[in-house]
Amino acid sequence: MIESIKNFSSDFFVTGDPLIYGADVSIVLVMVAIIFVLTYFKKWKWLWSEWLTTVDHKKIGIMYLIASLLMLFRGGVDAILMRTQLAFPNMDFLPSDKYNEIFTTHGTIMILFMAMPLMFALFNMVVPLQIGARDVAYPFLNAVSFWTFFFGAMLFNLSFVIGGSPDAGWLSYAPLSETQFSEGPGQNYYIWGIQISGIGSLASGINFLVTILKMRAPGMKLMKMPMFSWSVLSSCIIIIFAFPILTVTLGLLFIDRYFGANFFTLAGGGNPMYYVNLIWMWGHPEVYLVVLPAFGVFSEVVATFSKKKIFGYKSMVFALLSISLLSFFTWVHHFFTMADYKVDAFFAITTMAIAIPTGVKVFNWMFTMFRGRIQMKPPMLWTIAFIPTFLVGGATGVMLAVAPADFQYHNSYFLIAHFHQVLIGGVVFGFFSGIYYWWPKIFGFSLNEKLGLWAFWLWNIGFYVTFMPQYALGFMGMPRRVSTYGWDMGWAPLNFISTIGAFLMGAGFIFQVWQIVYSIKHRNKEGAADPWDGRTLEWSIPSPPPEYNFAIIPKVSEQDDWWYKKQKGLTKVKEDYKPIHMPKNSGIPFIMGGFWFITGFGLTFEWTWMGIIGLIGVATSIVVRHLDNDTDYYIPVDEIERTEARIGGTR
Amino acid sequence: MSQSTAGKIDHHNEEEHHDTSSIKIFGFWIFLISDLILFSVLFATYVVLRTRYSGGPTGAELFEVPIFVAETFILLTSSFTSGLATLGLQQGKVKTVINWLIVTVVLGIAFVGLEVTEFITLVEEGATISTSAFLSAFYVLVGTHGLHVSAGIIWMISTIFQLSRYGITEETNRKTQVVSLYWHFLDVVWIFIFTVVYLLGVM
Ligand code: HEM
Ligand SMILES: [Cu+2]
Repeated sequence: MIESIKNFSSDFFVTGDPLIYGADVSIVLVMVAIIFVLTYFKKWKWLWSEWLTTVDHKKIGIMYLIASLLMLFRGGVDAILMRTQLAFPNMDFLPSDKYNEIFTTHGTIMILFMAMPLMFALFNMVVPLQIGARDVAYPFLNAVSFWTFFFGAMLFNLSFVIGGSPDAGWLSYAPLSETQFSEGPGQNYYIWGIQISGIGSLASGINFLVTILKMRAPGMKLMKMPMFSWSVLSSCIIIIFAFPILTVTLGLLFIDRYFGANFFTLAGGGNPMYYVNLIWMWGHPEVYLVVLPAFGVFSEVVATFSKKKIFGYKSMVFALLSISLLSFFTWVHHFFTMADYKVDAFFAITTMAIAIPTGVKVFNWMFTMFRGRIQMKPPMLWTIAFIPTFLVGGATGVMLAVAPADFQYHNSYFLIAHFHQVLIGGVVFGFFSGIYYWWPKIFGFSLNEKLGLWAFWLWNIGFYVTFMPQYALGFMGMPRRVSTYGWDMGWAPLNFISTIGAFLMGAGFIFQVWQIVYSIKHRNKEGAADPWDGRTLEWSIPSPPPEYNFAIIPKVSEQDDWWYKKQKGLTKVKEDYKPIHMPKNSGIPFIMGGFWFITGFGLTFEWTWMGIIGLIGVATSIVVRHLDNDTDYYIPVDEIERTEARIGGTR
Repeated sequence: MSQSTAGKIDHHNEEEHHDTSSIKIFGFWIFLISDLILFSVLFATYVVLRTRYSGGPTGAELFEVPIFVAETFILLTSSFTSGLATLGLQQGKVKTVINWLIVTVVLGIAFVGLEVTEFITLVEEGATISTSAFLSAFYVLVGTHGLHVSAGIIWMISTIFQLSRYGITEETNRKTQVVSLYWHFLDVVWIFIFTVVYLLGVM
């Protein structure tokens, strides 16, 4: 009996590695600390009723933000571990099997559990405010999205200490990811972590699409809508078409592993190459859907801090929509080396074609700045840093798109440098810019600029120091996904420089955390309602906005309506309040997320009974919700009056 | 969050320019688009793997014409009866709506039952999901549709329950419309399965 428990737990828990024991201890300590603080300050009820059950898009946005910053930390630690291992030749810090696990979790976490939720944080914080709505179209579903993402991410991260991490790369190509080559729970963690959070992503895509199409304030024609909302719209279109592909792909992989089917196996007539096609049919649109909202942020920021309307509004919209469309026709560029040359030619051309709308956008931003009264505020700094970074990333992307040349760069450090250049320079800088820009709106106080400046320079210098040498390493023949190399390769100096850069970016992140903590302690609430002299509707209401956002729904007449109203002195509105219809809080999304977690955990360990219990729980939650007819309430006029008087609303 | 409920207020009194029901139905259409893509990928998978028998049985050897014709007939009829239910909705007759929905549910259960027996027979004949890529694709495509139908059945029962409790309200009206929209959608998907999998399979 004792023997069997011992055996079980040595399989169940990952053992024998000081790193992992360290993680175990810190996880337990953090949990104890959280439980202690919540109990000591009697905050359990507050946590439940204000956060875990909330359906308020602003609070959901904040929860997305916190979770994605945690994931940035985790993914960043992975990155630092890898760069440490690669700093010198023949290092013995991470053995090759650990290295495989870490690049897999790094890539997966950074894209799916950092970039995606950071993007959803911005969607939630900004879109309803920007289009003059009181909430998203489906507030309850929005909470479901968050909790499925959250529990999916937790499930994925659990693999580090229980059962073992996946190690087949961030896209888990078959047949490597099949049972034959990747036995055990690691690969199942990958499948279920992504699958569960993918449900949430798809739901968010639908939710924000409908919100934007159906909930705009009266008078806001689509062609008067702020550019960020346009970028969200195009991103949602991609989500709606791309995520079902991912769901099926991972579903089939799981069926192969669990039921012994033969979709992507080597025997039984399976077709592994079909997996590679499917996963990139989702994967390429995926990277575009995370970068489009970043483009949206830049458009807002450039206009605000140049004090000018965005240049070429229509061409911007056109560029966004054509990128959404084109992004579905380029997937083969990820495996030119495995496809037919005629197919390659087609996909090389579509890939290069994407550079055109992207170029249009860059020119529009530059023309907006041209002769503008530019203010170098933090959001603007990140935007300006983005432009050259993204240009280099784009140029190297076009180099990779030249199919015959790609046979040289493929799977080398040239590729690693390229995609980090667009992912960090484009997505991460863009989202940072957005967070700095909208932070005062959501939290009601501003962030300390001096600490922010440190973070900015550390990130930027660190970025170039890390990734420029990697282009050269690529040319020198260093392949990706190698855990070590010899002195004789001549790669040592550049790798060492690259590692220094990674630590600089790590320091940049620490400055950002410090900046946030510092600014929370020394709250500077001055002028938080409209600190940047903004142009769009979100700046017309108090910061943080009341739960109903707009006491009176604005009537829109112009593009950049708030700016227009300020210029014309039309900012006063009649305080003629009506009762406001609001959704009620609900615990179901959180509970349903918990049941998804149980389902995922059970299926990961192939404990069918547990999977079934989880699924029954999920189904029950849905039915209970379907039967509930008491889901909303009204805020009476006198309460609105009191709130508005307190927060100094309706100017 | 202050949850002071002022009770339901007369609808003319409030500032509500978005019609909740139409927004929900619109969103459901968008969901159907993504569900359609899900099925398209499964169809593509089936087409890619269709001839990879790997020494196992082919469609022509396995599929029984009377069974899949019966399945098709039952599902088409159920689509018709769910349409009758929505007609009853427009006439405001709860009883009619409920009765037709019950008929639909019964037909749905018959369909799922037939499919399950079909699968069991196949497995007993030795044609399992691991036999060949063709069979993997077959089971997953047809089975996913079957799971959708089963979910639709539960959903319809829950709707019937609400109709009998609250009668026809804005809420139950919408819920009935949405569920029957879903049902029609599954019917359309089945027509493709019928053609691509079964008809082309036995030919
Ligand atoms: C913070 C600075 C970062 C550093 C120092 C860094 C470093 C690395 C390293 C060393 C690898 C492994 C290369 C290899 O051995 O093949 C890697 C892979 C990867 N990184 Fe990063 N990374 C960073 C940020 C990011 C971000 C922000 C993203 C995405 C938004 C990202 C996405 C990826 C992906 C997708 C892979 C490929 C994983 C795979 O091969 O399966 N990284 N990164
Ligand atoms: Cu791509």
